[in-house]
Amino acid sequence: MPKKITIEPVTRVEGHGKVTIHMDDEGNVVQTRLHIVEFRGFERFVLGRPYWEAPVLVQRLCGICPVSHHLAAAKAIDMIVGAGNGDGLTPTAEKMRRLMHYGQIFQSHTLHFFHLASPDLLFGIDADPAVRNIIGVAMENRDLAVQGVMMRKFGQEIILATAGKKIHGTGAIPGGINKNLSIEERDRFLDGKAFPNIDQMIDWSLGALEFFKDYHKKNKDLIDNFAAFPSSHLSLVRKDGALDLYHGVLRAVDAEGKVILHDIDYREYLDYIAEEVRSWSYMKFPYLKKYGKKHGWYRVGPLARLNTADFIPSPLAQKEFEEFRAYNHGKPSNSSMHMHWARLIEILHAAEVMKELLHDPDLQKDDLVVTGTRQEEGIGLLEAPRGTLFHHYRVNEHDQITMCNLIVSTTNNNEPMNRAVAEVAHQYLAGQEKITEGMLNAVEVAIRAYDPCLSCATHALGKMPLEITLFNSKGEKIDQLRN
Amino acid sequence: MMKVLFYGYGNPGRRDDGLGISFVERLERHVREHRIAGIHFDSNYQLNIEDAEEISHYDRVIFCDASFEAIEDFCLTEVHPSDARIEFTMHAVSPAYVVDLCRKLYGQHPATWLLHLKGYEWEFREGLSPRAEKNLEKALAYFVPLLNHLGQKSAPFLPLVLSCQS
Repeated sequence: MPKKITIEPVTRVEGHGKVTIHMDDEGNVVQTRLHIVEFRGFERFVLGRPYWEAPVLVQRLCGICPVSHHLAAAKAIDMIVGAGNGDGLTPTAEKMRRLMHYGQIFQSHTLHFFHLASPDLLFGIDADPAVRNIIGVAMENRDLAVQGVMMRKFGQEIILATAGKKIHGTGAIPGGINKNLSIEERDRFLDGKAFPNIDQMIDWSLGALEFFKDYHKKNKDLIDNFAAFPSSHLSLVRKDGALDLYHGVLRAVDAEGKVILHDIDYREYLDYIAEEVRSWSYMKFPYLKKYGKKHGWYRVGPLARLNTADFIPSPLAQKEFEEFRAYNHGKPSNSSMHMHWARLIEILHAAEVMKELLHDPDLQKDDLVVTGTRQEEGIGLLEAPRGTLFHHYRVNEHDQITMCNLIVSTTNNNEPMNRAVAEVAHQYLAGQEKITEGMLNAVEVAIRAYDPCLSCATHALGKMPLEITLFNSKGEKIDQLRN
Repeated sequence: MMKVLFYGYGNPGRRDDGLGISFVERLERHVREHRIAGIHFDSNYQLNIEDAEEISHYDRVIFCDASFEAIEDFCLTEVHPSDARIEFTMHAVSPAYVVDLCRKLYGQHPATWLLHLKGYEWEFREGLSPRAEKNLEKALAYFVPLLNHLGQKSAPFLPLVLSCQS
């Protein structure tokens, strides 16, 4: 009997999403879709607001990565106030922003690995959901869980010290920043008195990588082949090809590593990238215009970044990067589960970058803001934890925002996540008479690899049930799981 | 003197979702003005795993959150680590999850409550809805007289559980 399986909302991803899988009478998977069910309308919401409010306003978008939106908006507004095109700030301002950004990368990636990914790795995809979370990790491996907690805390403290506040931070302002890092603030990250210091963060980052690599050795098939499919990859890279999560040029490579987008100035992104609307999802589907809707889609995020960059400009992460690239024979990795590997390498890189910045005396200087000739348009891109984040604004003579276009990281990964769902559905569900929770979790594991932030929904008590519903071909509900 | 933490969470850019944070801000202002010792405050967009470490430093913790539930105005429930469940946004975690993680990682946990503040509107706007504002005032009126007692170990403890049945 044909079946329609609905997983709603997808667990362990931010916001609302659901997956539908249609199967025919023979148990073949005939269609899979990842639906985004909440429409945010944020781009319309900011219209009419003064442009200088944008870096604070956009933090309403997301309680997970407000810093990424804060900084991407600030970069766009820098252009509007004539403070350059992402590279015109004072050394103190740019380095403070970088410290904030790498703190965000560090804490976000850490949450993903320790809280969302490691339980699947420790206990297996089909394990009881009651243990497939960090509390399960704590019972199994307390040291690993404590490290995850303290690494998160370290990243959050970096954000607090640079953004000024945990909520609606104001650190980045048009043309610069509003504070430097005092010696006292800096020393908290170096002396290890209030919490483990930056050297400990680097050691723990290396430890997490070893944990993953050891797991990989024992589970090669899962890590290399689960939800693996060829795709293009897109990210910012520094002008010399280095991994750079704060600023750079746009590069894309195809599944074999051929460069298909040649280090373009990101202000020209509209010449190269378009977004397709599909009737069944509120989330758009970006693609490279040159290759069309069918072939122009691409992945973003840690895996894409390691596939597009030529090298990582920090020694320990570079060593890991070389191992990663060698394992993949110098070609891009197209395995969704290698996203975890790439994410861990970026955690290490972020820790190294933070250490370098914390020892940089520019952070204690007072030259915080530059100004220039007012412009009518600003575009800011950066590499957020989940991938390339686009902020684009136009303003009128009254300083009001008249146009806002955002392409958030998860939107860039829309098609890849749908592909991942399809791959796993075919791999795990096709031909099965009984659909188990483990099979459905396999679908979620594939989505989770991308760490999607589906919407920045309110989280108020009572709003977020999990429902898995099974329909027959007549649309009749034949089974439902609710937690 | 026992260490007490009020921890508000939510997104103040989503109207009533900011109830918990507004509550903490208002209460903190009162505590500062009246120089009440032993009461600490924190807030964030949402709870997460590192909060297990933070609450391990306190004796009593009161989480404050906006509520979508069918309650009248506000209510208070005890948080038991045994109630920890997998959360379904999972970039955020529940109070019970934080307390349970605290217990498992640090061997002890504070006595913990959750203040549920009824909200109504959740769109992209700063500021509480008028009805949510009233609920906030009611909750403040309940807590302010208790502040001087919250940190006292020997004092007969508060009637600190209010039914969430409407």
